Amino acid sequence: MTKLLNEISKPSRVAYIIPKTNIPQIDLNKIYPKNLLSENERNIPELSEVDVIRHFTELSKKNFGVDLGFYPLGSCTMKYNPKINEETSKLEGFTNIHPLQDIDTIQGILELQYKLLQSLAEITGMKWGTLQPFAGAHGEFVGMKIFKAYFEAKGEKRTKILVPDSAHGTNPASAHIAGFEVVEIKSDDKGLVSIDEVKKHVGPDLAGLMLTNPNTLGLFEKNIIEIAKIIHDVGGLLYYDGANFNAILGKVRPGDMNFDVVHLNLHKTFSTPHGGGGPGSGPIMVNENLIPFLPVPDIIFEDGNYKLDYNRTKSIGRVSGFYGNIAVMVRAYTYILTMGQKGLNEIAEKAVLNANYLRVKLSKLIKIAYDTICKHEFVLSGKDIKEKYGVSTLDIAKRMLDYGVHPPTIYFPLIVPEALMIEPTETESKETLDYFISIIDNIVKEIKENPDILHDAPSKTPIKRLDEVKAAKEPILKW
Amino acid sequence: MHPYIPHTSEEVKSMLSDIGVNSIDDLFADIPEVIKLRRHLNIPDPMSEFEVYKELKSLSEKNKTAISFLGGGSYDHIIPVVVQHIISRSEFYTSYTPYQAEISQGTLQSIFEFQSLICELTGLDVSNASLYDGHTAASEASVMALNSVKKSDTILISEYLHPFTKQVLKTYFLGLDISIVEIKGKDGRTDIDDLKSKISDKVAGLIVQTPNFLGILEDLSEVSKIIRENKKVLIISSNPLSLSILKNSREWDADIAIGDLQPFGIPQYFGGPSAGYIAAKEEYLRKMPGRIVGQTVDKDGNRGFVLTLQAREQHIKRERATSNICSNQALMALASTVYMSIMGKSGLKDVAIRSVSAAHYLADELTKIKAGKILFNQPYFNEFAFVFNKDAKTVISELKNKGIFGGIMLEPLLGEKYKNAVLIATTEKRTKEEIDLYVKTVGGIL
Repeated sequence: MTKLLNEISKPSRVAYIIPKTNIPQIDLNKIYPKNLLSENERNIPELSEVDVIRHFTELSKKNFGVDLGFYPLGSCTMKYNPKINEETSKLEGFTNIHPLQDIDTIQGILELQYKLLQSLAEITGMKWGTLQPFAGAHGEFVGMKIFKAYFEAKGEKRTKILVPDSAHGTNPASAHIAGFEVVEIKSDDKGLVSIDEVKKHVGPDLAGLMLTNPNTLGLFEKNIIEIAKIIHDVGGLLYYDGANFNAILGKVRPGDMNFDVVHLNLHKTFSTPHGGGGPGSGPIMVNENLIPFLPVPDIIFEDGNYKLDYNRTKSIGRVSGFYGNIAVMVRAYTYILTMGQKGLNEIAEKAVLNANYLRVKLSKLIKIAYDTICKHEFVLSGKDIKEKYGVSTLDIAKRMLDYGVHPPTIYFPLIVPEALMIEPTETESKETLDYFISIIDNIVKEIKENPDILHDAPSKTPIKRLDEVKAAKEPILKW
Repeated sequence: MHPYIPHTSEEVKSMLSDIGVNSIDDLFADIPEVIKLRRHLNIPDPMSEFEVYKELKSLSEKNKTAISFLGGGSYDHIIPVVVQHIISRSEFYTSYTPYQAEISQGTLQSIFEFQSLICELTGLDVSNASLYDGHTAASEASVMALNSVKKSDTILISEYLHPFTKQVLKTYFLGLDISIVEIKGKDGRTDIDDLKSKISDKVAGLIVQTPNFLGILEDLSEVSKIIRENKKVLIISSNPLSLSILKNSREWDADIAIGDLQPFGIPQYFGGPSAGYIAAKEEYLRKMPGRIVGQTVDKDGNRGFVLTLQAREQHIKRERATSNICSNQALMALASTVYMSIMGKSGLKDVAIRSVSAAHYLADELTKIKAGKILFNQPYFNEFAFVFNKDAKTVISELKNKGIFGGIMLEPLLGEKYKNAVLIATTEKRTKEEIDLYVKTVGGIL
C-alpha cells in the first residue's frame, strides 16, 4: 500500500527553491482589504523532492501501460505510442508559446495544424475540419452542434437522432446534451444496422444518424450506401464516429461512404498516448456544405501566411478555451509523417489481420457473438460459461491480470451478454497474439477444473480484487 | 516493414492460412467495391526518425517566444523539472482510463490525491478526475446548476468572466432553450444592483470569476448573500494560484468551484493541453460530470482505489446522461498534482505573492512615468488592465522590438470601451531587470 501524499507530509519540508528577486515584495494586508484574504491555511502536503519522486515512481509501478504489454481493449485502439512523438512534442518552440501571441510569432504551430487538417481531410475523404475538440466525446458534441446550426440555417426543425443499439455510450449522450431526442435502432440478427428499422424512423423530423463503421462488433456496415441514401433522401445528415477508424484507414473513407461529419480520435488511430484518461484529441472533419458551421477560429492560408479566421457568421462559435490539445496534434502529425503513405496503408491491413487471427483461434475457446470476417475487433460472449460454470466475464478479465496482459473491454457492446471485446491493433506481433491465445486456453481449462481460481482472481497484482459496491455505497472521495 | 509493425511475410502467410483466406484483400471483401479507395492516399513517403525530428524542429522554430507579460488564462510560470519527469513515465502516459483497478492503482491513487488537493484548495467537498479546461468547466457547472434548480432556464454570468468562457457557454447552449444573461460590471466588479434586478424564478445560478478577466478581485460578500437568499447556485471560477492566499469557494459560501490548472505545472503550449478543475458541495455529488475516483478495500482489507459512482456516466446512462465527458485531461491533472506536491503549502503562497508583487511593481512604475493609468482602481492579483496614454498598438509593437510580449490588447476582445487598454500579467519568473526594461521601453516612446 502506497501512503497518500498527506500521510508522508512533514511540516516545513520543501521541494523547491524560488529564484532570488530584487522586486520589492508586497505585504498582502496592505494592498488587499481584509475580507478578500483567506484566514485559513490550505493544507497542501509538505514534502522533499525525494519524497515526491519516490511517491510517484512507486505509484507508476502499480500501473499497466502499452509499454508494459498487450492491451487489447476493444474500441480503444491501444497501439504502440512512438517515442519520437514524445520528443517532438517537447520542442521548446511549441511548449512555450502563448495562445494570444501575434500571428507572425505563431506561424509554425499554425502551419502544423493546417497541414494536419489537410492530411486528415485526405485520409477521411472530407473537405475541411477543426482540431479544437479535446476528446472523441467532445468531437461528437461539436458534430451534433454543427447538425443543429445547419438545420437552423435552413429553417428546419429537426429533433431526432438515430443511434444503433451497438453504439458507443457517448453517441446517445452527446446527441442528447446537444439538444436532440435519441431514438435507438435495433441491430439485426447479423449484428448490423437493420434497414427496416431505419426506415421506420425516417421523416421530416429526422436530423440524422450516428454510426461507427465498422461497428462495435467489429463488423463492416456493408449497407452503408443504402442507409446513407435513406437518411439523405429525407434531408437528414450522417455522423461518423471515428473510434473504429483504425480498421479502414486507407481502405475506404467516410467521405466516400457519404458521411457528412466525421470525428477522429487522434489518441486511438494516430498513436498518441491516452495518458491514463486524456489528454486526447477529437478533430471534426466535414463535407463542403458544413464548412461554414465549423467552430471559430478556422485556420487559413492567405498571402503566404497562416491566419486565425474568426469571420464566420454561421459558425457554431467557440468550443474550447483556446484551440484544443495542441501537444496531441504535434504527436499525431509526427506519426503521419513517420508512417507516410506506405505505413498508413499497412495499419488497417495488419490490425484486421491480427483481429481475424485472434477471432479464429479464440472462437474455438469461448463462444463468439458473430462468427464472420471482422475488422479491427470482435466480440466474444461468456454467457454459456457463466451459465455452465458460474464464472463471469468479470472473473475471466480479472484472471487475465495474473497473466500480465490487460483484459479486453468487458460488458460492451450491451447487445452481447457477458461481452469480451477484443482489439489487438497492428503493432502487436504474432508471438504476442499466440501468448494471449495460450492464456485464454489456460483460463478456459481453469474454468472447467478450478473455477475458484477465477472467483479469487487476481492474485498476483499489487492489490486484490477491489470492492466496487462499497466504494459507491460509502463514497470516500478525498483524504 | 515499418518499425511499428512487426509482421514478417512468412507470419502474414501463416496467419492468413489459419484464418482460412488467401490474401489480405479477402479480409476486406465485406466492404462494397464501389466505395473502396482505389488509389493510394496522397500522403508523402515515410520519413526516418531523424528526418521527422528535423522537420518538426524547423516548424517549431517558426514560432517566436519573448519575455512574456501575456496572461488572460495562460501564464508563464516556472515548472519544476520533476513534473515532466513524472508525467514522462510511460507506466502513466501509455495507460488507458483506469477501468481495471487492480493494475491501475498508480493512476487511480494519483487522481484520488488530485481530487483531495482540489477540495483542499477550493474548500469544497467533492471533485473529479478533471475536465477539458477551465472554460468548458463553466458549461458543465451550468448544467449542474440548471439540474439543481427546478424550472430554471437561465444562467447569469458576470461581465468580467473570461470572454472565451462566455463564448464557449454560448456554443454549449446553442439551440437549447437556455438563456445566458450577463450581469453588468461596475468599476471592474460585478454590479450588485444589476444582479438583484436580474434574479428571477427562471435563474439557476451565477458564474462569477475572481480574479476576474481584468485581474481584479471580486468582493463576493454581497453576491453570495443574494444568491443564498434566492436559493440559487453560486459558481466561482478562479485561477487556482489565487486560492493559496485569497478566499476560496467555501469561504465565499459558493456551491461549485471551477477553473483552469495551467498555472500549476502545465506548459502554455499555445493553449493546450491544460486541465479544468471542478469541485462542489456534497449535495451536488450525483450531478458531477466525468470520472470520479473513490477509496475502497480489496478482499484482504487493503486500501485501494476505483472509478466510482459510474451510474452518473454516459456508458451507463446513455441518452439520459447529463454529461458526455469520458476522456478528460488525466495526465495534465497528474502534472498539477506533482506541481502542488513540489510547491507545497508555502511554495504556492510564495509563487502567488511573487506574481502579485511583480504586477504591482510594474503597475506602479508605469504610473510613475505617466505612461497611463490602471483602468479600474481595484485590488488585483497577478494581472491588471492598463490604459496607455499612447496608442496601445504602438506600445506593444515597440516592446516586441525589444523582445517583450507586452500584454493582451483588450479592445479587439472586449470592444471600444477598452481603447488603448492592455491586460498585463506577471509571474514569479519575471525579474526586476525585465520589468525595468518594459518600463524603460514604454518611457522611450511617451
